[in-house]
Amino acid sequence: MEIIRDDYQVQFNSDNNTVLCSGSFRLTGSEYGPIMEILNTVADEQPEFLIMDLTALKFLNSSGINTLCKFVMRLRKNNISTVKVVGSNEFAWQKKSLANFKKLLPSLELEFE
Amino acid sequence: MMQILGDFIERDTSENSDFLMINFSATSTPLKQRWRNNGLSADFLADYLTTFFPCDDDKSLQQRTELKEGVNFVANELLENAMKFNFSASKYPIRLFMGLEKKQILLYVSNYIDASVVNNWQYKLNEILREDTHKLFMEQLIKNDKEQKIDSGLGYLSMINDWNAKFAWKFESVKDDENVQKVTVMAQLS
Repeated sequence: MEIIRDDYQVQFNSDNNTVLCSGSFRLTGSEYGPIMEILNTVADEQPEFLIMDLTALKFLNSSGINTLCKFVMRLRKNNISTVKVVGSNEFAWQKKSLANFKKLLPSLELEFE
Repeated sequence: MMQILGDFIERDTSENSDFLMINFSATSTPLKQRWRNNGLSADFLADYLTTFFPCDDDKSLQQRTELKEGVNFVANELLENAMKFNFSASKYPIRLFMGLEKKQILLYVSNYIDASVVNNWQYKLNEILREDTHKLFMEQLIKNDKEQKIDSGLGYLSMINDWNAKFAWKFESVKDDENVQKVTVMAQLS
């Protein structure tokens, strides 16, 4: 499952249960629909663990924050508690915005590299 | 008639001030095609301001990076809002202004909105000014999850919570058109 555009990319690798989001997420609310579909499919497959690799995600607008937070809420609903989110120290926004994930799923592990 | 919410500071356009102004003229081009301008403009403002904040150590470099990303996020959000909610884009322009001051950046975005929604808007903006924005953020997320809304309602809350942006708004009547009001939002970042 993947969406590859010039500005942004979303990929799910089932070999290592990793969702990779990269590029700049500056889409309109409705344009996040196809991304949400992929994320919902991943969450509903109820993997034992999940890794979200955001190290190459340069920008996330508020509609994108909403999309990723909804994904985390869906993981919680599906009792997927072993979740690791990997961000980058390069982007100051990540430490600020991604902290919300832990409020939604306290067992989630946040790591910055 | 004019109404102010929050501590609104007027734009400084005097000769000895540093500022940038971008005007998006009234257009009939579809929103989807104009959307890309938001990101390009926000990136430009963020890059431009770095020349005004030289850094000579790690701490000042980190502060500059934060300010740059903050301006990028806030300018992008305010332009997205203005594009989404502008009343009759083919008739009214959108204007973006960035004032560079010694210790802060002031961003202003003005657009025109349907006069019938002003009361509702002001109610929500007053709520943002008055209440705990972290609590409002979590409440909004839960609401979005239940209602499947396209508009997230998280923009202002993210700008305040993540970037410590301070906001004020000015609403003005428009001469010869009582169906619209001009709204100018001011964001203060330091």
